[in-house]
Amino acid sequence: MITAALVAIMTVMVMVLLRAWLGPTLYDRILAINTFGTATVIAIAVLGFYMGRPAFMDIALVYSLINFIGTVAVLKLYRFNSLDHREEGES
Amino acid sequence: MAIVLDWFSSVLVLIGSVFCLIGALGIIKMPSFITRVHAASLIDSFGAIMIISGLIIQAGFTLTTIKLIMILLFLLITGPTAVHALVNTAYHEDEHYITEEDTSSNT
Repeated sequence: MITAALVAIMTVMVMVLLRAWLGPTLYDRILAINTFGTATVIAIAVLGFYMGRPAFMDIALVYSLINFIGTVAVLKLYRFNSLDHREEGES
Repeated sequence: MAIVLDWFSSVLVLIGSVFCLIGALGIIKMPSFITRVHAASLIDSFGAIMIISGLIIQAGFTLTTIKLIMILLFLLITGPTAVHALVNTAYHEDEHYITEEDTSSNT
């Protein structure tokens, strides 16, 4: 069962990478990479059960946060052309 | 009892895997950007919930369960936020992404 889930998640990752490679627009690629990160979190968690190492859950936890920060940072860079953008009136 | 829980977690993990595969298929085959976002939300929400719920039942009452619940919580908070930021940015750049069908896509 765990093996089947692992194979399914790996297939999902390959298909999503295919969209990131093809993707006609920039936002398709960002969406694909974000989904790839989510699939990676699930794959790490399942891999921890597959290999009998519960410590993998910590890695999955940290990876889910890094994935979110990375996606939002890339989006901010493309919208404001700067990572240090501030609204007016903000110090 | 243990066998019943084992079967139940197996069924949950397999349902989640099938939903993840359907979502990935949608990401590849859907015709425009906004429909691809729709397909990707399947992996972010239902697939992750099902697979991690199955793993929680598999783990029993241990520290691993708490970590898995935290992973699920983070995924459920950050996933929709990231997708909202993505669609918002796409809409601000060009409304064409949201309102019209993208005919230039090739699968």
